[in-house]
Amino acid sequence: MDDYPAKPLVIDDDMTIYQALAQKEQLLAALAAADHLELDLAGVATMDTAGLQLLILLKREALQQGKRLTISRHSPAVRHVLDFCNLVAAFGDPLIIPANA
Amino acid sequence: MDELTSTFVTESRDQLLAMEDGLLKLEQAPDDASNLGAIFRAAHTIKGGAGVVECHYIEAFTHKVENVLDKLRNGEIPVSSELSTVLLECCDHLGALLDALANGLPQPEAAVQQRGDALLAELSRKFLGEDAAGGALPVEHEADLAASGGGIVVTDAWHISLRFGPGVLKNGTDPLSFLHYLTSLGEIIALTTLADAMPGAAQMDPECCYLGFELRFQTRASKAQIESVFDFVRDECTLHILPPNSKIEEYLKLIDQLPEDSMRLGEILVRSGALTQSELEAGLAAQSGAAAAGEMAAPPPIGEILVGQKVVHKEIVEAAANRQAAVNEKKAGEARMIRVHADKLDQLIDLVGELVIAGAGTSLLAQRSGYSELVESTSVLRRLVEDIRDSALQLRMVQIGETFNRFNRVVRDGSRELGKSIDLLITGAETELDKSVVEKLGDPLMHLVRNAIDHGIETPAVRAQRGKPENGTVQLNAYHDSGSVVIEVIDDGGGLPKEKIRAKAIERGLLDPAATLTEHEIINLIFEAGFSTADQVTNISGRGVGMDVVRRNIQGLRGSVEVSTNEGQGSTFTVRLPLTLAIIDGFLTGVGKAAYVVPLESVVECIELTETTAGRNYLNLRGEVLPFVRLRELFEIGGEVPARQNVVIVHYAGRKAGLVVDTLLGEFQTVIKPLGVLFRHLRGIGGSTILGSGEVALILDVPALVGLVGSSEERRLAAPRRETALTP
Repeated sequence: MDDYPAKPLVIDDDMTIYQALAQKEQLLAALAAADHLELDLAGVATMDTAGLQLLILLKREALQQGKRLTISRHSPAVRHVLDFCNLVAAFGDPLIIPANA
Repeated sequence: MDELTSTFVTESRDQLLAMEDGLLKLEQAPDDASNLGAIFRAAHTIKGGAGVVECHYIEAFTHKVENVLDKLRNGEIPVSSELSTVLLECCDHLGALLDALANGLPQPEAAVQQRGDALLAELSRKFLGEDAAGGALPVEHEADLAASGGGIVVTDAWHISLRFGPGVLKNGTDPLSFLHYLTSLGEIIALTTLADAMPGAAQMDPECCYLGFELRFQTRASKAQIESVFDFVRDECTLHILPPNSKIEEYLKLIDQLPEDSMRLGEILVRSGALTQSELEAGLAAQSGAAAAGEMAAPPPIGEILVGQKVVHKEIVEAAANRQAAVNEKKAGEARMIRVHADKLDQLIDLVGELVIAGAGTSLLAQRSGYSELVESTSVLRRLVEDIRDSALQLRMVQIGETFNRFNRVVRDGSRELGKSIDLLITGAETELDKSVVEKLGDPLMHLVRNAIDHGIETPAVRAQRGKPENGTVQLNAYHDSGSVVIEVIDDGGGLPKEKIRAKAIERGLLDPAATLTEHEIINLIFEAGFSTADQVTNISGRGVGMDVVRRNIQGLRGSVEVSTNEGQGSTFTVRLPLTLAIIDGFLTGVGKAAYVVPLESVVECIELTETTAGRNYLNLRGEVLPFVRLRELFEIGGEVPARQNVVIVHYAGRKAGLVVDTLLGEFQTVIKPLGVLFRHLRGIGGSTILGSGEVALILDVPALVGLVGSSEERRLAAPRRETALTP
């Protein structure tokens, strides 16, 4: 499965309604250009429902197109939202939970 | 103690009272499911609160109690008087634990701890079917029911289905923040995020919301409270809330109503613990079966199928709904109450008191000025001040019922201990009186009730012998009477033995053997210090310290207590208390240069003192003998006696007396300032007040004056009779 090296994409901005429109294009374009997209979300300071929806959309598109999407370096905000919405398993990415969480 | 803990302690005490109440009711109505529910909820609330304030000893103890209550609720163990006794003791113990917490102890004291352990061991052994050794206390919820279809069903959680409309995000609201806020009301046990409504990438508008959530939510909040969380987005979201313990039918109906595929939703419900797999399959199979059979017709909703199959009775559903509504209404009622610190109220009353005095001063000045418009406006002002005063005092008024209800327990325990059967009858529970009075009333009432149980009511055998019903009755009654509150403790027991009291009083040296007393005076001797007529000293009363303490306490509240009795048929203790301790409507009178205030509610009428009464201390009031007292003599005021003197006729506790004064100065609102320690023993003066002019006026103590006039007259009347009896 891991035939193609992961193509990293660093999101270094909030993932909220204000960025959603631009980020949708950015993410979909990145997915179109890669077979294995690795999202680095370490720089996401806040994330709201719109941001979460984008992640869900991207994951679904990836599955439909037979590509891989992994998320790495979840920021605390992202981790919290995924955890709260019980979606960690759905994304299937290893989550690093800091010792002092 | 931090604020959270103090709130927890206060609220837990309320819950504890409710629990105790419920337990007492339980014996009379063992099958009352709503009562059992209420008891369980009270315990559950205490446990939850203890968890929040991290008081583990309360949490652990309540947990065990809750387990027993849960078994009781599920009908696994029967209601027995043994059980309710143990549970009541558990309530007491919880009270002690709360005390420990309130005192900031990290652990309850050893004795308390021991008692708690003993209670827990007893609970485990007798009612939980465990051995005491297994009583290690895992604090977790054990009410989960394992169902046949596999999986765990959490029955006491709400089920919330949320589908947000597309416009939610654009309106600046974030669905996640509502869910976060929801956690402030309780705990989300399971949550499933649904993105099924999201279209493909091309059509998906990142500024629209497509998400939905299925939640299992455990909370103490009401449905209305849960709904209110989503108030801001109510118009734009579909919200389904299923209460805890909802029927399978309701879940199936929910599946019908939601846009997603039935099977998928069903799985979510099973996974989140709302339904079991077999329940779901049975329901869905029935639905598709009906659809196949009736080809053309739209499939009827599952709820109908279940009702049709007689799986669920319509009445049951309705009854459940009604009960839910009643609970919600009650919760809404509670929400309209606010807790205010008593000090703040006292401060308000103080200020209102000052306002009344200042107002009186202003009206006086206005009247002197003779400027009619000013007089008019001050009179309006005065009326408003009066209204404010009344409402301010009303704030402190509480119903006496709560105090009365405490005695259910006292009567129950007491009668059990003494082997008597006694019913407590409470009437006039809605009578209101000042909170400060109610607080101080508990102890004296306790004495009176215990006395009635112990000395008053006879044992069943004796009662049968005397031809009375075996069940004795103690009645607590309260009502308003001319500005005071009357509280009666009535028993239908043996009554007070007049001769025995007299003999005892003589033996104790309280009474001169030659003294002549009226019947009323004799029986009221029981209020003298060091008096007890019970032949046997029991646990409950009879150490001879009771009644004089009762009288002192009640007199401390400017009240009085007396007893009347009918030998063989029972006695009535009557406690009279002023409605409030702070402000009264007064009637201002003058004697010489001094001003005296008579509480207006005790004034009956005023008449002129005619000269025919000179030298006597009673007058003829329309054919009635009215004893009076001359304040000029009583308070030793000098000066010229004016040509016209007036009699203010006052009444108290059914007796009338006249007070002779010089002048009548009219109605006057009075803030009572208590007299200093130095003047405490002054007879006939109840307090002082400041007139608008800045002068001090004394407030007359009408009960004391009426007593003074009455007793001196009675003695005078009784004395000659004795003399005639002695000389043949």
